[in-house]
Amino acid sequence: MKIAIPMNEQSMDTEVCPSFGRAPYFLLYDSVTKEAYYLDNEAVASQGGAGIRAAQVIADHGVKALIAPRCGENAAEVLTKAEVFTYHSIPGTARQNIEAHLNNQLPLLSEFHAGFHGHEKK
Amino acid sequence: MLSGKGGTGKTLVSVNFAAAAEAAVYLDCDVEEPNGHLFFKPEITSEELVSAKIPLIDYDRCNGCRTCVDFCKFNALAFIKNKPVLFKDICHSCGGCVLFCPQKAISEEEKNVGMIQSGTSGQVRVHTGFLNTGEASGIPIIKELLKKSAGETALPIFIDCPPGNACSVMESIKDADYCVLVAEPTVFGVHNLKMVCDLAETFHKPYGVVLNKCLEDENPAEEFCKEHHATILGRIPFDSKLGSISSNARIAVRENDRYRELFSELLHTIIEEANHEAVAHPQR
Amino acid sequence: MKQLLILSGKGGTGKTTVAGALIKLSQARAYADCDVDAPNLHLSMTQTADPERNDYYGMPKAQIDAEACIGCGQCKENCRFDAIINNNGYAVDPFSCEGCGVCEALCPVNAVSMKPAVAGEQMLYRTTYSVFSTAQLKMGSGTSGKLVTEVKKRMLSSLLPETELAVIDGSPGIGCPVIASMSGVSMVLIVAEPSVSGISDMERILHTAEIFHTQTCVCVNKADVNLELTERIERYCEEKQIPFVGIIPYDSQAVAAINNGKTIVELDCPSGRAVRKIYAETMRLLQVQAGGIEA
Repeated sequence: MKIAIPMNEQSMDTEVCPSFGRAPYFLLYDSVTKEAYYLDNEAVASQGGAGIRAAQVIADHGVKALIAPRCGENAAEVLTKAEVFTYHSIPGTARQNIEAHLNNQLPLLSEFHAGFHGHEKK
Repeated sequence: MLSGKGGTGKTLVSVNFAAAAEAAVYLDCDVEEPNGHLFFKPEITSEELVSAKIPLIDYDRCNGCRTCVDFCKFNALAFIKNKPVLFKDICHSCGGCVLFCPQKAISEEEKNVGMIQSGTSGQVRVHTGFLNTGEASGIPIIKELLKKSAGETALPIFIDCPPGNACSVMESIKDADYCVLVAEPTVFGVHNLKMVCDLAETFHKPYGVVLNKCLEDENPAEEFCKEHHATILGRIPFDSKLGSISSNARIAVRENDRYRELFSELLHTIIEEANHEAVAHPQR
Repeated sequence: MKQLLILSGKGGTGKTTVAGALIKLSQARAYADCDVDAPNLHLSMTQTADPERNDYYGMPKAQIDAEACIGCGQCKENCRFDAIINNNGYAVDPFSCEGCGVCEALCPVNAVSMKPAVAGEQMLYRTTYSVFSTAQLKMGSGTSGKLVTEVKKRMLSSLLPETELAVIDGSPGIGCPVIASMSGVSMVLIVAEPSVSGISDMERILHTAEIFHTQTCVCVNKADVNLELTERIERYCEEKQIPFVGIIPYDSQAVAAINNGKTIVELDCPSGRAVRKIYAETMRLLQVQAGGIEA
């Protein structure tokens, strides 16, 4: 099963990124092969709808579980429809979060914030 | 009426000018936070919804080619389980997806983005624009507001602009004959006054500055005007009574002869200045 | 590390004046000006050295190659933003262009291309003691929300070790730049103004803050301009169980201080004394060591 985690750095022993839509990288971890690789998050360059774009990328890569500290409601809609489960991360490194998830210790993320709409034209 | 910065007194000035003119049209283009209507408390005669166009996908015709999703620069479309999903709040209404769908599976429908409330307060026709919270752009509403005064030739039209110098301000001044920049006597105010001067100049609009809340000390805004050769239309002294009346959303001109005189005189200067500019630069 | 965000709803309530004072009192080692349309904080927080500057790119904008253009007019016909003008040749109005790409895709001769457009500039002032992140959006640019995010990111990524508090001067309004500045914030201090417009805007900003479950507190500036309305704000906060952290009187000395590039706590004046109390109360709520000047 593929697990995705938003990251600031390309290392499993660093903290989970506080933002989902604008995280610089996504860690993609395969729980079966134990392989890990990193995707550049193209949504970073977006003016708006970054969460949607990021969620699209996650879905396109066949991810089944996303572990994140927070997520916007638009991204959540994409993820839910694409049948990706989103779990609430714990403070700590990516590695710690993956372990916690595989031990069924992470709750599902239930609260989603409103979109940031970083494209506002005033 | 423009100001680079919020809180300089743009609405206070706009509202009082319209009241001083007695018969006038007042357009509140500060659609995110319209405040003029709080002063006028107009008798509402109509409310008009404003909408923008958003795509409507015919899923029977859609063959999942993903052209629309890949085209959208605003990430308003996502592709999930072989279907495009629309995020209405993000859509900029560019119409691209409609144009480029190879199956012609996308048409358009209207999305409500705000409304315009029209009414009267004495002989002032008040039109207020309201942008729904969460909506991206107030421009469609401002466009409709400006249409309200399109045919008007007799009455003066006072446009209360949003603060700053962003796109919504530019839209608001498109049809203006003259721009009044309201400035406060602080260095913060000057920094932002410069921004709206640049804006007016870029759009070739003649402008003048009203120095508001003037204290006895040196006025950095006044100094700026002198250095910049910007016309100073007049000065409104800092006046706690005026501040107090306005803080209660009352219109000073309608309550007190002294204020009526102050604003009428200032308005007269502005109209003269505007006419002078129209004659001097008819090409504008 | 705690982040304190100063917001107002309405412009001109004294947000930057209060932010500057709080930065000085707390001796915050990180601060940012998220009012990217009209940044003013740098005028009170005099900086000694030049900042590191970066161009900020917003949405790419369309550009028409006049030589390749055959004048078919399809771009203009299909532009929803009235951004294409025909004045002896077709050209794009960069102020109205939203970067949607329709003209580029439609052009039969590929005369239109989307080019990255500088929409503003970011500045980072670094000293051995503190970091200050600010930016200026170019006139007419529509990407303030994203630039606000960049300003905060720059501050957060440049933090000096042992930084306990970051103070952020927010922007007026309730729109996206405000929402973007709220992410990750420990507390929002709303500087309200006792006027009908001010209260109306304060309610809208409180409603916006509620969505983010951020701790909020309120103070009233220029309180004596309308004591009745100041009281109304205080009662409103009580009803909604929002901590009311104090009032600041209108003070012409404040204007003088600001005009001399200083904050109101760098001289002895009524507003300066009042803001010290607000500082103490806000810090208590934030539970941060009041390591700066004694309140």
